[in-house]
Amino acid sequence: MKYKLGTMAVAALMAASPVMADLVFPSLSYRTGPYAAGGIPFADGYADYFNMLNERDGGIGGVMTRVLECETGYNTEKGVECYESTKGEGSLVYQPLSTGITYQLIPKTTADNIPMHTMGYGRTSAANGEVFSHTFNYPANYWNGASGAINYLLGENGGDLKGKKVALVYHNSAYGKEPIRTLEELASKHGFEFKGVPVDHPGQEQKSQWLQIRRDKPDYVIMYGWGVMNQVAVQEAANIRFPMENFIGIWWSGSENDVLAAGAAANGYKALTFHGVGSDFPVFDDIKAHVVDKGNAAGAGDQIGTVLYNRGLYAAMLAAEAVKTAQAIHGEMDITPAMMRDGMEALEMTEAKMAALGLPNFGPEFNVSCQNHGGDGLVGVTQWDATTKTWSLISEFAPSDMDVISALITEDSAAYAAENKIEAGCK
Amino acid sequence: MFYREAGDFSTTYAEDQQTFPIKFDRYRYYVVLFIAIVVIPFVVNDYWVNSLLLPFLIYAIAALGLNILVGYCGQVSLGTGGFMAVGAYSCYKFMTGIDIWWGGELLFRLPEFNIFLSVLMGGVMTALVGVLFGLPSLRIKGFYLAVATLAAQFFLVWLFNRVAWFYNYSASGQISAPERGLFGVLITGPSVAPWAAYLFCLFFTVICAYVARNLTRGAAGRKWMAIRDMDIAAEIIGVNPLRAKLTAFAVSSFFIGISGALFFAVYLGAVEVGEAFSITKSFLVLFMIIIGGLGSIFGSFAGAAFLVLLPVALKVVGVDWLGWPTDIVAHLQLVIVGLLIIVFLIAEPHGIAQLWRVAKEKLRLWPFPH
Repeated sequence: MKYKLGTMAVAALMAASPVMADLVFPSLSYRTGPYAAGGIPFADGYADYFNMLNERDGGIGGVMTRVLECETGYNTEKGVECYESTKGEGSLVYQPLSTGITYQLIPKTTADNIPMHTMGYGRTSAANGEVFSHTFNYPANYWNGASGAINYLLGENGGDLKGKKVALVYHNSAYGKEPIRTLEELASKHGFEFKGVPVDHPGQEQKSQWLQIRRDKPDYVIMYGWGVMNQVAVQEAANIRFPMENFIGIWWSGSENDVLAAGAAANGYKALTFHGVGSDFPVFDDIKAHVVDKGNAAGAGDQIGTVLYNRGLYAAMLAAEAVKTAQAIHGEMDITPAMMRDGMEALEMTEAKMAALGLPNFGPEFNVSCQNHGGDGLVGVTQWDATTKTWSLISEFAPSDMDVISALITEDSAAYAAENKIEAGCK
Repeated sequence: MFYREAGDFSTTYAEDQQTFPIKFDRYRYYVVLFIAIVVIPFVVNDYWVNSLLLPFLIYAIAALGLNILVGYCGQVSLGTGGFMAVGAYSCYKFMTGIDIWWGGELLFRLPEFNIFLSVLMGGVMTALVGVLFGLPSLRIKGFYLAVATLAAQFFLVWLFNRVAWFYNYSASGQISAPERGLFGVLITGPSVAPWAAYLFCLFFTVICAYVARNLTRGAAGRKWMAIRDMDIAAEIIGVNPLRAKLTAFAVSSFFIGISGALFFAVYLGAVEVGEAFSITKSFLVLFMIIIGGLGSIFGSFAGAAFLVLLPVALKVVGVDWLGWPTDIVAHLQLVIVGLLIIVFLIAEPHGIAQLWRVAKEKLRLWPFPH
C-alpha cells in the first residue's frame, strides 16, 4: 500500500511538473471571494486564448504555451505566495488583476527581472518606463480613464463644463483613490466642481453615499468600483432615480455583472473601455472550434463574449504579441522573462495586426517604448442596453488629456524614484 | 524512557523553576533553536521564507500577543487587525522620518530611524494605543468588551485610510517600505536576501516568546490569570485590576504592534490598511489562539503554524498534485478551517497545546503505562 501511494505521488508529480521548453503564463486569478464575479471571466478569457493558440497554431512560434493558474482571492498575502511559487517556473509575465498585489509586485518583479503587465489598473505612474523598468500598463491607465470620462462629458456639453458638479464614487482603496488627483486638476482646468464619495470594501452598503449624492445633486457621477460595489451602486442610483446616462463607470465598473441585477432600471448606464465588446469577432469562431467544442473551455465556459472575458482575452492577445515581438528581436523561440520584457517594450499594435489575429477594431492602435510603458491612452465609451442585454460602443477610442496626465505621471514617478533611489533612464 | 523527571535532580531554586525542567525537553528546545538559527538560514530560498517562514514567525508574535490578552488575562479582543495596523503605520512613519506640521507649516522632522528601532517603535506606539482602547475594559466585560475592541478595529482602519499624514500623502494611500538595512545587510525592500529577512523576524519572535514566557509565569502573569479566573476574588486578594488589565493590554498590544510592523516592512513590503488589516485579520489571529490553545505559549506557535501551513499544504496537494481547479481548493480550505474550529471547540477546547500536553504525559510513562 505504501509503495502504491509512493508511486501515485511520483506519477502525480511527474504529470504536474513542467515539460521543458514552453512559454509559461502565470494567471493570478480569483475565482473565490468578494471579487470573484470579475475574476472568473477574466481568468477564463486569459486561459482560453492561450489554449486556442496551442490547439490552432501549436503555441507561439512553435513553442507551446502553458497557463499556470494560482488562486489569490484578491488577497495580497496569497498573491505573494502565488508569485513566489510560480516565478521559478520560468513565468514570462505577471498579470495580477489587483492593484494591491501590483504594488507588492512592482519592486519584486523588478528585482527578479520579470515583467508585469497591469492592463488598465495598478500604479498609473508606471507608465513612465524610465523609472518602472519592468512594469507596463498599456493600453490605458486610471488617469486616462478619468480624463476620458471628462473629455466625453465635455463633448456632451459642447466643450464647456463650467459650473457643473461631478461626483466620484470610489472604492476606498489604492485603486479608487488613483483618479482623485487627476480629477482635481481637471476640475480646476475646466472649472467644474469635483467631489469624492468613498465606499469602503466590499461596498455592499451604500445608502449613505447615495443619500449624499441625492442631496448634492451632481450633474454627473463617475464611478471607480469593483466587485459587488458596482451592482449595488447601479441599484442605488436607480433607487434615487439618478439619470443613468449621466452615470459613467470606469472599465472595471462596466461588465454584465454590474448592471444585470438592476434590470431595466440600469438601462443607459455608461462605462469606459479600452477594447471592443461582444463576441462578433472572427477570433471567437476559432475559440469555439478549438477550445469550446473540444470541451476544454476554462471554468464553466459560460462567460464567452462578456466584457471581462474579452478583457482577459485581450490581455492574453497582447502578451502573445509581445512574445512574438520578443522572438523576433532575440531570434529565439523559447524566450526568457528578460527577453519578454524587451518584447513588451517594443510592442506595436496596429490595425493590420489585430485584423490578422481575428480581432479587427478590437482595441486602439498603440506603440510601447522605453519612455512610455502606458501606450497612447485612448479611451472609448460603452453603453448598456437593458432590453437586449448588451453593451455597445458609443464613441471612438478618443485621446485623453495627456498634458495634465503626463505632468502627474512625471511627478509621481519622480517621487517613487527618489523614495527607492532609482536612477531614471533607459537601459 | 527518555522523557522523564526521574534521576534529574535540581539543586537550586533556579534549576527547579526553569521553563523546561525535563532534560529531554530542554535539549529538544536547544536543538530546535540551533536548527532555527544556524541551519535554516543556510538552506532556505525565497519561496520558503516568503510563503511559509515569515508569515509563521510574524503571526506567531501576533498570536503570542493576543494570547496574553485573551488567554492569560481573559479580556476578549477583536481589535488585533487594527493594532497591527498601528504597528505597521508607526514603523512606516518612523522609518521615513516623522514630520510634525502645525498650521500648514512643517515644524520639524525627526531623522529616519533604522529598521530595528522603527519596528520597536511600532510596538511602543501600539502599546500606547492599546492602553487607550483598554481603558473601557475596566468597566465592561465579556461580549461588551469584544464589541468595544471591534470599534477600535474599525476606527483605526478608518483613521489610516482617512488621514493622509499616515501614508505620507501618497496618491494611492498605500504605504511601501523603502530599502533599509542593519549592519550593511538589507532587511526590507525587494532585493533582501531570504536569510536576512528570516533571521530578523526570528530574532523578534524568539525575544517575544522569551519575554512572554517569563512574564506569564511571574507575578504579572499570575495577576492576569487571577483576573481571568475571577476578577472580584482577585481584587479581594489584592490584585489591582486597573494595573493588571492595562499591563495586559500594553504588553499584548506591544507584541501585536511588532508583528504588524514586521508584517508590513519585512513580509509584504507594501500594504493598504483596508485590505491587509481588516477584521479578517483579527479573526485569523483569534482562530490561531483558539486552535493552538488559549493561555499557552506553545499554543500560539502551534496555532500560527497550523493556519499558515494549512492553506499552502492544501494548495500543494490539491492543485499541484491532484490537479484540481484552484477555486475548488480555495473553497475546500474555507470548509476545512471552519470545520476544524468547530471540532476543536467541541472536542478539545484547549487546542493543540492540550494535545501536546497529553502526549507529553503519556510519553513520561511510556513504555510502562502503569
